Amino acid sequence: MSQSDAASAEMYTSTGLPSRKLLMWTFIGSECMLFGSLLITYLVYRGKSVVGPYPEELLNIPFISVTTFVLLMSSLMMVLALAAVQRGDMKWGKVWLLATALFGSIFLAGQVFEFSHFVHEGLTLRRNLFGGSFFLLTGTHGAHVTVGVVWLLSLFFMALRGRLTRANAETVEIAGLYWHFVDVVWIVLFTVIYLLV
Amino acid sequence: MESSASGGTEIQSVPESHPSTRVYVGVAAVLAVITAVEVMVFYIEALRPVIVPALLALSAAKFTLVVGFFMHLKFDSKLFRALFAGPLIVAIAVLLAMLALYGVFTR
Repeated sequence: MSQSDAASAEMYTSTGLPSRKLLMWTFIGSECMLFGSLLITYLVYRGKSVVGPYPEELLNIPFISVTTFVLLMSSLMMVLALAAVQRGDMKWGKVWLLATALFGSIFLAGQVFEFSHFVHEGLTLRRNLFGGSFFLLTGTHGAHVTVGVVWLLSLFFMALRGRLTRANAETVEIAGLYWHFVDVVWIVLFTVIYLLV
Repeated sequence: MESSASGGTEIQSVPESHPSTRVYVGVAAVLAVITAVEVMVFYIEALRPVIVPALLALSAAKFTLVVGFFMHLKFDSKLFRALFAGPLIVAIAVLLAMLALYGVFTR
């Protein structure tokens, strides 16, 4: 087996599919279970807090709608980054990667602002059932967004140093899968937590 | 689909039938519109009786668009679809069972 054949055998599974992509989809499947369990906790505890503050007193729909829009648009930027890298246009690849990270950071800043406001209003992890389940669910999502932003920035700096090229577009695709999943989770959380109060 | 043998392993390239930039922008526009509709539904008092099914349907539409187009699941291997749909179905089934068990539907 030649060196390139050995490398190919490492990159592909016996199914003929890229091993890293298969791993990412398996990981995303497991993440469905994780967020499913946190969502169950939130829904079971909903409306059972015996002391305030209550969700209807705190949740700011216009504000969170804007941050939701920002996260949705970051997904568009992510696919544009992937498309640019796949066609070898690294200039726009870098621009869209940085823009995705920037929009992710704006979403995180919004979440930090929201959490600070809630704590200021007296809602903490231990205050009531809403506080515990809300911070656990949205905080876990926020941690995932943070990991995504760091990942995207690392890809951006790799591209700046010329270490990210069309040849490793799959690396960007895998980061994109993770990023879009984080967006998909927020689509569900936005509806369940904020709109179905 | 092109294929080559390597060390006894059949290597197949993943179909490169990803959508165009125009499709991506169109999907993003639809996502933005659905989000705006969701917020409108939330504020319209007359829609209160159907708010839960309406918002769940709109959310499911957004979910499907992102997974299908941005994550390329509509165009990728069926195995990826199974790896995602399998755990998702289990998660939804467990969620519904637990909500029924805790009487959330009868509150």
